[in-house]
Amino acid sequence: MKEKMNIVIVGHVDHGKSTIIGRLLADTGSLPEGKLESVKENCARNSKPFEYAFLLDALKEEQSQGITIDAARVFFQTEKRNYIILDAPGHIEFLRNMITGAAKAEAALLVIDAHEGVQENSRRHGYMLSMLGINQIVVLINKMDLVKYDQKVYDNLVQEYGEFLKSINVEPQAYVPVSGMQGDNIYNKMDNMPWYTGANVLEVLDNFSKKKPLDNQPFRMPVQGVYKFTGMGDNRRIVAGTVDSGTVTVGDELIFYPSGKKSRVKSIEAFNEDAGNSASAGMATGFTLEEQVYISRGEIAAKISESIPKVTTRALVSLFWLGSKPMVKNKDYILKIGTSRTTVVVEEIKAVIDASTLESGAKENIERHDVAEVILKMKKPAAFDLVEEIAATGRFVIVDNYEISGGGIIRESLPDKQTWARDIVIQRNFEWEKSRITCTQRAEKYNQKAALLLITGPENPNKKVLAKAVEEKLFSDGKFVYYLGFESLLFGLDADVQDTENARREHLRRLGETAHILLDSGLILVITVDQFNADDLALISTMVNPDFIETIWYGNDPTEDHPFDIHITSEEKIENSVYRIKETIQRRGIIYSPW
Amino acid sequence: MNHLKELESISVHILREAYENFKDLGMLWSIGKDSTVMLWLARKAFFGHVPFPLVHVDTAYKIPEMIEYRDEFTKKWHLNMIVGQNKEALEKKLTFPDGNVDRTTCCRHLKTQGLKDTLNGTGERVRFNHEAGQYEPDQNRTPFTAVVVGVRADEEGSRSKERYFSPRDTESEWDVGAQPPEFWNQYKTDFAPGTHLRIHPLLDWTELNIWEYIKQESIPTVSLYYDQGEGKRYRSLGCYPCTTPVESKSTNVDEIIEELKSGKFTNIAERAGREQDKEDGGLETLRREGYM
Repeated sequence: MKEKMNIVIVGHVDHGKSTIIGRLLADTGSLPEGKLESVKENCARNSKPFEYAFLLDALKEEQSQGITIDAARVFFQTEKRNYIILDAPGHIEFLRNMITGAAKAEAALLVIDAHEGVQENSRRHGYMLSMLGINQIVVLINKMDLVKYDQKVYDNLVQEYGEFLKSINVEPQAYVPVSGMQGDNIYNKMDNMPWYTGANVLEVLDNFSKKKPLDNQPFRMPVQGVYKFTGMGDNRRIVAGTVDSGTVTVGDELIFYPSGKKSRVKSIEAFNEDAGNSASAGMATGFTLEEQVYISRGEIAAKISESIPKVTTRALVSLFWLGSKPMVKNKDYILKIGTSRTTVVVEEIKAVIDASTLESGAKENIERHDVAEVILKMKKPAAFDLVEEIAATGRFVIVDNYEISGGGIIRESLPDKQTWARDIVIQRNFEWEKSRITCTQRAEKYNQKAALLLITGPENPNKKVLAKAVEEKLFSDGKFVYYLGFESLLFGLDADVQDTENARREHLRRLGETAHILLDSGLILVITVDQFNADDLALISTMVNPDFIETIWYGNDPTEDHPFDIHITSEEKIENSVYRIKETIQRRGIIYSPW
Repeated sequence: MNHLKELESISVHILREAYENFKDLGMLWSIGKDSTVMLWLARKAFFGHVPFPLVHVDTAYKIPEMIEYRDEFTKKWHLNMIVGQNKEALEKKLTFPDGNVDRTTCCRHLKTQGLKDTLNGTGERVRFNHEAGQYEPDQNRTPFTAVVVGVRADEEGSRSKERYFSPRDTESEWDVGAQPPEFWNQYKTDFAPGTHLRIHPLLDWTELNIWEYIKQESIPTVSLYYDQGEGKRYRSLGCYPCTTPVESKSTNVDEIIEELKSGKFTNIAERAGREQDKEDGGLETLRREGYM
């Protein structure tokens, strides 16, 4: 069977991309029967000259305006391959459509009008191709008929555009002088340019080489979902996803990031085929695990025996912005890497670049169609790779107001305040001695989910009164619950901590580790700490799964430093406060709620 | 990895993203070869299960074999099957076969409007009760927020410009000039209240790929696709007044594949037998209004 390849054709508006593809289809006899005649007939009826572009610009609006609005998929085959050619629009207004088309491609044809020369989007599209990771590029110098097939014009353009590409580290495979309108060097050689002896467009396509499968890279699979469909007597619990790189085989020991949890692959699963023993890059697959660990959508599966992804809350990235509103600092956006979603803010804009002039400047905002180098700060740690190591998990998009508004590549992983503690946690999870009782079994036995109720606020003795009342209420309800005061640790477990500037963070780390052990046993743990700030919470959330933490602010003037789940004023009656806390954990499904 | 595995993997990935992101998700099953392949891909994605309802808009002019086939596999594959219909238009005889409207308007009534009402829950729906073995009125009128549709980019111009995840407004209308960007396996999965999504996992498949996959997986298909001895078969299925069989002696999947690869259909478009495409505006106009 023939192999399949996606190609994109890009370049400035009106430089003749659709005409070249239309011509290619017509000259190679690839159009459906009657298509050429019907388009010609339609043109005659509407008294407009026939253009090959009409074969592709199918939308009414496209034909009336004479431009391509959205990328069309054109199916085309040669002796060697089946191609999908993505005809991308060249108008700046439709840059998002150009990116949509180009991102699917393995190679690109970039078109420059010989008569008009290198234009704004000739350069911008070249730049975008390099950001999208497309490194097979052939430049077509089109409309040679309009410059009387003059070699000098061609040579000058090759020189001018070649210098631009060189400055962004792109090296094209070839330059081809063509005329889409007249058909030179598309499929037919013709006699107009005896000075050119290279390949025609059709040959150029077949000369592109098929991207090598990424089987040899480290294994990465973003988890799309964990499925357990109980219908028809099915008891399998399957971790499903598409392998981005590498290979996974039955028996492999896996770690999931950012959680750091590990397990071993028990079986590869598939429907209506022999699933075999392994799955490799590009395959949508699923597997079961030897030991059941609690993982969910958004984690990245990697192998213990290979290099691991980065886990942090800060990264240096290059991004392009497509949003109608500019990207600004300190505003919440959604960051999507693989299948994960995290709230993110721009911590710093290091440079904003105009991709059509390569001029770079210091700007406060990133406007639509700008390219920028920024530091992103995530609300929760994310797992990713650097783009030059593993491309698929080194890319992201940014969502603003429901729309994908930007995309980019990760250049560097940067440390944050919790890096030291996260390294310890990943190592701890890795070495953790798992019991044969799972957290689900414990939850069923105790009729509750493990949780950390963290009561904080300004100094006030009533905080402890409340904590103990909550413990008492849950205890008398038959729950498995324990109150732990911060001081109880300070003089025992923490007795060796020296009074240095790092003392507080070490105290909190030990509190977090203690909480982690108690939660692992299935307990509801109530803790009081004075004046918790955002850094403290981030640290505890590093040690304990943040989904299991309920934060309660007790007292007035709640901090705006970090969000909390419940606010209780110091005027509120204790019984009432206890009731509100109980009601919240019922609603969260931590303890059973009758109707 | 061969090209069918590549196509299958992309489609499975899309179906899983749809399932993870939309609670009220349904899949349109027209009983034709494309949406049957899509249903099969859902069983691939979810390891033999189909964890969302299948929706069929019955125009009442479907060929009887299609309905028999639908019900047979609803039972066999334990499908959650919902059927909707534009009863009002049928009762008032506002159809092309009744001679009261043109083909495009008929499509608009029986398919576009029928689909809209079935999806938003204002139209009557029936659901297959597996215990009783029959269709029963569906009490649940929850609107679908996203539907999976088996259109292919090689079928027709406006479909060649589709996204995998394509937003529609409250009126199901498609703004082709302002489609969201879609790259690196990231799709539009966040949406403002009131919009809904069409999800298209088959865009990169060609008619030939569909048949190659049917062969590889031994997917059962309606007998109408094969010549029963009269030298005719359907290449594309729709309502009988507007779909005509093609001259062909292919009696099985292998012969169809051969016919598409090197035989008489190599250069003839699949929808050539669909009359509504030929009227003014054709499919693009219908699709902007909410047609598949």
